[in-house]
Amino acid sequence: MSIVHAAGGTSVGSLATFRNQTPYPFCPGCGHGTILDRLDQALVALGRGPDEVVIVSDIGCSGLSDQYFATSAFHGLHGRSITYATGIKLARPELEVVVVMGDGGTGIGGAHLLNAARRNIGITVLVFNNFNYGMTGGQHSATTPPDAVTSTTPGGNFERPLDLCATVAANGASSVYRGSSFDDDLAERIADAIRTPGFALLDIWELCTAHFVPSNKASRRTLAELRERLGFAAGQIQTLERPEYGAAYRAASRPGASTVAPQILEPVYSTDLAAGLDRRFELVVAGAAGGKVRSAARTLAQAAVLSGLWAAQRDDYPVTVKTGHSLSQIVLSPEPIEHSGSSGRPDAVLVLAEEGLKKIASLLPRLGEECELFVLPAFAGLDSPARKSIFDPAASETKIAKTELALFALAAVVERLDRRQGGPGGPSTLFPAGALEEALRLAGGSYLEKNLAAVRAGRQAGRGA
Amino acid sequence: MRELTDGSTAIVRGALAAGCSFFAGYPITPASSILMSMLSELPQVGGVAIQGEDEIASLGMCIGAAMGGARAMTATSGPGISLYSENIGLAIMGEVPLVIVDVQRLGPSTGGATTVAQGDVQFVRWGTGGGYPVIALCPSSVAECYALTMRAFDLAERFRCPVFLLTDKEVALTLNTVEVEDYRDERVRARPANGSSDGDGGAGQRVYRYEPADGVVPMRLYGRDGTVRFTGSTHDERAIITKDPVTVGALNRHLIDKIEAHRDEIELATLDDEPGAETLWVAYGVTAGAMREAVALARKRGDKVAALTIQSLWPVPETAIGRAIDGGGGQIRRVVVAELNHGLYRREIERLAGRPGLDGRPEVAGLHRIDGELITPSQFLETLS
Repeated sequence: MSIVHAAGGTSVGSLATFRNQTPYPFCPGCGHGTILDRLDQALVALGRGPDEVVIVSDIGCSGLSDQYFATSAFHGLHGRSITYATGIKLARPELEVVVVMGDGGTGIGGAHLLNAARRNIGITVLVFNNFNYGMTGGQHSATTPPDAVTSTTPGGNFERPLDLCATVAANGASSVYRGSSFDDDLAERIADAIRTPGFALLDIWELCTAHFVPSNKASRRTLAELRERLGFAAGQIQTLERPEYGAAYRAASRPGASTVAPQILEPVYSTDLAAGLDRRFELVVAGAAGGKVRSAARTLAQAAVLSGLWAAQRDDYPVTVKTGHSLSQIVLSPEPIEHSGSSGRPDAVLVLAEEGLKKIASLLPRLGEECELFVLPAFAGLDSPARKSIFDPAASETKIAKTELALFALAAVVERLDRRQGGPGGPSTLFPAGALEEALRLAGGSYLEKNLAAVRAGRQAGRGA
Repeated sequence: MRELTDGSTAIVRGALAAGCSFFAGYPITPASSILMSMLSELPQVGGVAIQGEDEIASLGMCIGAAMGGARAMTATSGPGISLYSENIGLAIMGEVPLVIVDVQRLGPSTGGATTVAQGDVQFVRWGTGGGYPVIALCPSSVAECYALTMRAFDLAERFRCPVFLLTDKEVALTLNTVEVEDYRDERVRARPANGSSDGDGGAGQRVYRYEPADGVVPMRLYGRDGTVRFTGSTHDERAIITKDPVTVGALNRHLIDKIEAHRDEIELATLDDEPGAETLWVAYGVTAGAMREAVALARKRGDKVAALTIQSLWPVPETAIGRAIDGGGGQIRRVVVAELNHGLYRREIERLAGRPGLDGRPEVAGLHRIDGELITPSQFLETLS
């Protein structure tokens, strides 16, 4: 019967063991069994049921551990136990989630260790640190001491060992402890760590009697000397009050406006003003990133849908954000659009910027005479078989900002292409440009008035020339 | 009622409609918009969405959360699937229901981040060690993105396995007009209130069942169903690690049979048949849209052609493909498989077209693009001349 002193100093008898009846499989003298006994005592002290505890392990001798417990258990991939534990804790915050991993796992899963500490996710990590990979043949790990001989450092270790505690402490872990399997109060320290709401790590040094001990004459005494030599802190190194990640997340979660709710586009025009397009129509807009090309194109596509057409918009852009080309290809059709790709023969092209022009340079000479090419004055000299029109924002009474150019020009394009049969108010051949204003109003936003002004100016430019 | 939206948005809506309560992912073009939408939507409905430190962590968190009872989803692109690989195997071995969205981009390697491709079609099937079956659905329109995401959640639950939703940059990010009535709500089976519990309590509870091999027992969840064990190593029905050949054989047979024996529940394909057609076009994803447009054009000019859109890529819908090839009386002389890769799925069709028992073996040809551009309807039409 084991007795453990809980943090409050109360003596708790081992009324229920969290161990099952299976004997440990570890080598004689290995520290793993001792640490697991201390974990068992700590769990007893905490007074939670076995079904309220999940022991998460990964690969290596320490990864065998969960099988000897009567708690819930998760045995996953090498070095990834912290990620599973994080998922479990986020889904079931009421559970105690205890990670058991070796020094090997902390090396391969270093990114998870760092980020779990930064997040301060409420899990407890026990590192069974015996300075080498015991199960696979005594290879060196991220914590192997300088000069130590292992099966993969035959001439001694030239790498600096990772100071696990300093690393997670510097990154915001709530509780950081360094000790060894020989510590008398290890069970209490583990219980304290599990009680910590945030991220807790215990770096527990121990002896691998199969490999590290024979190769390096290691003993309980040399472990203490090693810590002195490395200058690594020991005992309770950090206790930090910080919000636990899941608790902070849940506290900040509240119902709000959905970003994916459908925006219904009911045709708003009476039949005589509805779209009159009777075939598939392709428009290519060639602009530059940062020029609001895609959002202006989206306004056009929405306006077409409001007019009863089907619209698709396919964008092309490089991986850069505010530099490079921005192309939008818009397909309009009286029928549903199954293929939104280009036919290679657009009906209209709008050139807004040098970057976009470069991207469609090979297309321009191939345009047919029936294609409409719209450009800003800077591109007036463009050579193409297509019918060219120039829209000049400077000629407008409204001052058109750079970010409104795309909208201005697209409004001009729609106004120009929509040739009313029988004059104003007659049946449309594309869709009425007024639908652009309707689309803007539906979208709303703080730029609505500016956008509307740009569309009105564009429509005037489209009528004018 | 119509709207203008993209496949990513429909996938997010489908996930929410299916009851998705956990999402973890790492930013990658062209899948990031799903990550961002889930990050903004899930906390509003009491779920959790988190950006992992990498793809390995993201899928690891999904697996952990699923074992705690969450309905979990992640989204990435080809390079991210590479990093998911080992955890996909873990989810197969531990029988964890998960939805993995792959928004394909042009590869190999970094390839073209903003460029469309369908190059992961075999990768998702064989992307982890062992070759055990997975399920992969492939929407070919925005509306299908919604329905098939819901279906992916249902199949993941039904078969306790990872289900891929294989889409691509064009379907995910191209805006299209959708008739709102075309969004079809798929049934998503409710999870039984309590998982199977017929063991001896404690560590001895049976969490899996290998007999009959194709049977799937309800999940037992951390925090709900007593103590629950889980391991990625070969294990018995109580999830205790074992190397016993009889148990290991039964486990692995079960992982295969639970999916293979129920192909009929998974198969999804749409055949647009035409009497007298000698050519059958086969396509999936974005390419199927171009195919359907080409069918309309062909018929307008009097050409006969049949077309098969495949919505469930894995397991291969062998019944639907076989029926498309020989269903109309064996008159199909030529099958053209169109895809944005160098013929990766064609080999599945070749395998089936060559089956004994078919009256004459039709020629199987490929229509491919690997230049980052879409296959056009006119390319389909050219195959008829």
